[in-house]
Amino acid sequence: MLSFAEIKKSFLVSLWFMFLTFPIMVVRVNTIYKKVEWRWENMLLVGLGSFCLSFVWRYFMGRKESGRKNHQAAETEGRPSLKQRIMNDRRIYIPVLAAVSVFAAAYPFIFSLYQTNIMINALIYIMLGLGINIVVGLAGLLDLGYVAFYAVGAYSYALLNHHFGLNFWLALPVGALLGTIFGILLGYPVLRLRGDYLAIVTLGFGEIIRLVLENWNAFSFGPSGIANIPRPGLFGIKMSLGQSSIFIYFLMIALVIFTIFVVNRLKDSRIGRAWIALREDEVACQAMGIDRTKTKLTAFALGATWAGMAGVMFAAKTTFINPASFTIWESINILCIVVLGGMGSILGVIFGALALILLPEYLRAFSEYRMLLFGFILVTMMVFRPGGIISEPRRTYQFKGVEKQ
Amino acid sequence: MLWDFDYFVELFLAGLTRGSIYALIALGYTMVYGIIQLINFAHGEIYMIGAFTALIATGVLTLMGWNTVAILFIAAGLAVLYSSAYGYTLEKVAYKPLRKAPRLSALISAIGMSLFLQNYVLLAQTSDFLPYPALIPEFKWLEPWEHVVRSSQIVIFATTAIVMVLLTLLIKFTRIGKAMRATAQDKEMAMLVGVDVNRVISVTFIVGSATAAIGGVLIASHIGQINFYIGFIAGIKAFVAAVLGGIGSIPGAVLGSLVLGWTESFFTGYISSDYEDVFAFLFLVFILIFRPSGILGRSETEKV
Repeated sequence: MLSFAEIKKSFLVSLWFMFLTFPIMVVRVNTIYKKVEWRWENMLLVGLGSFCLSFVWRYFMGRKESGRKNHQAAETEGRPSLKQRIMNDRRIYIPVLAAVSVFAAAYPFIFSLYQTNIMINALIYIMLGLGINIVVGLAGLLDLGYVAFYAVGAYSYALLNHHFGLNFWLALPVGALLGTIFGILLGYPVLRLRGDYLAIVTLGFGEIIRLVLENWNAFSFGPSGIANIPRPGLFGIKMSLGQSSIFIYFLMIALVIFTIFVVNRLKDSRIGRAWIALREDEVACQAMGIDRTKTKLTAFALGATWAGMAGVMFAAKTTFINPASFTIWESINILCIVVLGGMGSILGVIFGALALILLPEYLRAFSEYRMLLFGFILVTMMVFRPGGIISEPRRTYQFKGVEKQ
Repeated sequence: MLWDFDYFVELFLAGLTRGSIYALIALGYTMVYGIIQLINFAHGEIYMIGAFTALIATGVLTLMGWNTVAILFIAAGLAVLYSSAYGYTLEKVAYKPLRKAPRLSALISAIGMSLFLQNYVLLAQTSDFLPYPALIPEFKWLEPWEHVVRSSQIVIFATTAIVMVLLTLLIKFTRIGKAMRATAQDKEMAMLVGVDVNRVISVTFIVGSATAAIGGVLIASHIGQINFYIGFIAGIKAFVAAVLGGIGSIPGAVLGSLVLGWTESFFTGYISSDYEDVFAFLFLVFILIFRPSGILGRSETEKV
């Protein structure tokens, strides 16, 4: 197994990384006290870490290579994957679904208010993840400014409430509608752009919205944000903080179920198939008579609708918003959910959101390393498992042969 | 208002300075894009790492009591060395395994790498702005014009011009330059006639990173402070410049950078500085809508 050549290779890799990280990891200059701090222990760590990682890396590389061949073989045989078999077997998925719904219903009563709030957060991210999944996962348009629509939703509730006293229930559809409108406004000019240009333009658009919110004090109250946004009410019943959190929790559950339902239906609809076709090959898709403009615009608009709605929920939940919540890193955070879970896969997105939002909450000690880890996840997922953890099976049709009579 | 000529010249030179730095970064984008059609999102981070390496080297050498000019050259040399090494490793780790994957995958991997490198520097060094020593000496002969142009600006213009000339020579007249052009035109055909495409790609990353590092050292000692975040926004702006000039075209990148530098400088000088970045992004959106191939780029039709 561990041949000499392998060890030598890893040793060279670790030497290279020790050299590479030397100035940044080892030396730290303190310009105020005129002192240089030498942290040699870091060099040792980098060396050891990269030595081990290079073995893991090559092991997975090898598996990926051989896996590709096996996968092709499996595909030609038409064997369903493990996930498909579970999903298709009623005896398994009905009890699982029942258990999950019982757990979800009991959650706020079992756990503390703090836990409930974290879960609400995770649910908002599930919604955002499912929304961006339409744009990135299904239609294959990399949108790095998704958070702009989230901001549109949040600010539309906050501002309409501040100026006109609009209540939450009216703001929810208004926020969604404004999200849609902004989605079309952004989608229209970028229709002609290909993947990488699109990414940069959407990133630019997201930053424009944030910078405008930050600088246009008369409109958005600038960096200090808007406070005292009312929480959602229910027929004027007075609720304590805890009760209202539980109410928001169930509201979010309902919205997430609604989202899952709609996205699932959309995915199998005519437009959903058009999105997937567009993702796979734009030219071939047009040649098949699919209207590219309409298809892309609906993807943008529908993706943005969910962000708008999630934004209203976010404003209602935190009761305070400012532009700092809507930076580009938030977009990348949401993107990371989809990439980790599996692009195009609903179950994957849910899993990704729960993993990426809940884990950092419970691993506070590592919170500094969160973004570092996200970067690492994005790269390694793309290299080793581009389909995500729970990848969506490709829709395949098979010619079973003509029946003999 | 009186037409203030000195103010105009000041803005013009400030724009030229910005443009030169954008050009040094934009070259890396354009060269990489020309060869593997990938936007190297982490390119701005390479520039930042160059600036940090130079800062660290300067700090250590200053405490050892070396003289400024020697420090400037050693620090710049180390910055170039390390940035190139990072660029090379970046390509090997994050892009090479994805050469045959869809472009979306490579792009996401690039974003991941950018995030990773930023946070790596943040955690290993600091999140504060670090003061950057003024390495470039004040020139005596420049004193009469001191109020409009600083000596660091002169150094920036000169260095940028020299780098451009050297790069053009490299691409036009050397063997590896020829291989680069061949790879940019048709990767498979180049492979067939015996060009080592992997090596060409590595060299492209190394050259692009080296120019970015030079930009990093120059701008850091001109502005006087750096932090881990400088690479991101500079990278985006340089990308705008590369697209403006026509991505894949080297003279285009320089022209686009200068145009962007000047427009930004005049915009902030005469209109408003709050919306400086908004303006750059709007500029990008308009270019991409009305002239997606850029000023010098050729429009290409998609082949099936």
